[in-house]
Amino acid sequence: MISNKKLLIFIFFMTKSVFAELVIDVQGVSQPTPIAIVPFGFQVNSSIVPLDISSVIKSDLLRSGRFLPIDVSDMLQKPTDGADIYFDDWTVLGVEAVVIGKLIQGRQSDAYILQFQLFDTFRRKQLIGFRMPATSSTLRAAAHRAADMIYEELTGIKGVFGTRVAYVTAKKQLDGLLYSLIVSDQDGENDNVLMESKNPIMSPAWSPDSRQLAYVSFEGSKSSIFVQTLRSGNRFQVSNKPGVNGAPAFSPDGRKLVITLGGINGNLDIYVLDIVSRRTKRITTHRAIDTEGTWSPDGQYIYFMSDRSGGPQIYRVLAEGGSPERVTFEGSYNARPRLSPDGTRIAMVHNDSGKYRIAVMNLDRKDLLVLSSGRQDESPSFAPNSDILIYATRQGGDGVLETVSSDGLIRQKMASGQGDVREPVWSPFPIF
Amino acid sequence: MSYHKMFVILLFSTFLAGCSSSIPVPDPEPTNTTYGGSNDNTNVYNEADTFGTSSDGIIGGEYIGEAAEVLENVIYFDFDSSEVPAENQELISRHAGHLSLNSFRNVRLEGHADEQGSREYNIGLGERRAQAVRQMLMIQGVDVSQIQTVSFGEERPESMGDSEDDYAQNRRVEIKYMN
Repeated sequence: MISNKKLLIFIFFMTKSVFAELVIDVQGVSQPTPIAIVPFGFQVNSSIVPLDISSVIKSDLLRSGRFLPIDVSDMLQKPTDGADIYFDDWTVLGVEAVVIGKLIQGRQSDAYILQFQLFDTFRRKQLIGFRMPATSSTLRAAAHRAADMIYEELTGIKGVFGTRVAYVTAKKQLDGLLYSLIVSDQDGENDNVLMESKNPIMSPAWSPDSRQLAYVSFEGSKSSIFVQTLRSGNRFQVSNKPGVNGAPAFSPDGRKLVITLGGINGNLDIYVLDIVSRRTKRITTHRAIDTEGTWSPDGQYIYFMSDRSGGPQIYRVLAEGGSPERVTFEGSYNARPRLSPDGTRIAMVHNDSGKYRIAVMNLDRKDLLVLSSGRQDESPSFAPNSDILIYATRQGGDGVLETVSSDGLIRQKMASGQGDVREPVWSPFPIF
Repeated sequence: MSYHKMFVILLFSTFLAGCSSSIPVPDPEPTNTTYGGSNDNTNVYNEADTFGTSSDGIIGGEYIGEAAEVLENVIYFDFDSSEVPAENQELISRHAGHLSLNSFRNVRLEGHADEQGSREYNIGLGERRAQAVRQMLMIQGVDVSQIQTVSFGEERPESMGDSEDDYAQNRRVEIKYMN
């Protein structure tokens, strides 16, 4: 049905979000499934529609690259109840799945019921029928949850539309750069500044319960590591040793951070920091640069980057310590390892004939797949379903964010109007 | 830097040559505010605060030998290298001379990398460059307590572009006098 190998779709959102102009540049050989998201009905007291729910679901599914929602103007009917569906009206358009629904007023003025149904038009049956309570402040999250359920039903892959992304921006000001640490929904909406500084902010990392972020701040013109709780805004400094304090990443149990310390003589090595006791344990001892540590999801290993062989390569060491073992051998530059949450693959910055690109290596087969096409791509981070990665690339002199499916087939650029955007990190699944 | 230059000009303009066998006078203390305290560059002093109200102290004076503030304070490095280029070794020796003759003075060596590659590795590369300069200063008699290093990696580029010329401007160590 859709046979063109490259789709270019532009969406313009009227929002102030960082991805205010979201340019979706879907590339690859995937054939997105034609789907219809019918405008939702509104049975609410207010004359103002609290949220255009079908638009949120539609843009989620569109951005996944696996679905191609048809235009509303092409729809032959716009039902809001399952009983009103004529499957022939959809199969004639080649539409394989239809989403309909409505928002119903609850008893309180700010209480709603979001109802949606998903139909397979060729099999002429309902796949999901679901309703959930919401308020005006949770409606967007409810719409993302509906999109997650639809996505999982149709693809077999858990959706990530309800997750968030943290990133750093650097904006030019008269007296230098202003650095901001920002958390937004994965679609760029609901962006909140957690921290701002005239000194650099680096290396945000999510806690496994997605309630805290660790990061590096250069306030006072010296690097130190902070852990900040998102909801309260409270933060505490967990490492402020002489020299480099860098590259924090939480252990799977959330109790420890793997960090990099340089000391007064500037010899960067990997340490494990117990967050409560603040005790550190040295994991590597080598005169080369050892940094960018990250835990394997089972907590058994710490993967890190070292230039002990002459150039940067990825190694792993038992989390309790031991002798490191080299993991990457292909190419002269492999850095910033991040494991997929399912533990099967490792993403990295890989120098591919002079260009720094994002690559993924299967840990069993050891085959390296280059996923990005830029010149200065960096900071890969897996979505919690292990199926998508987000990373930073350059466009017109600024950093922008891009996502790519882990098979490399679907790639999307998120254009930004907010200066230089870098170091995206995808949150874990929220814990309810 | 311009602050330091202004300070030096001020010193020269107020100093009467040969009027005394002068003892080096420490800088008035707030010079380090240019670099920001823990408040992220929000402390800003003007010259009147610093110089104009000092009625009970001795103002003026100059360093015997070379004043460090007139020296170039940025050293550039080759790609993927932390070796101080030969043409910069004399410059570092002159800073070392000033520091070893004025052991109360402290410097911060700020190491930087270009934007290529991953950010935390670039922190390591910037630190390596700062340490290379630190070693040269120490070999030439500067005390370990006079030097601190910080690496900003690729986070504070001098030149914002994506060309090799821009990158070359960003692979550097800045020698900053803290007092």
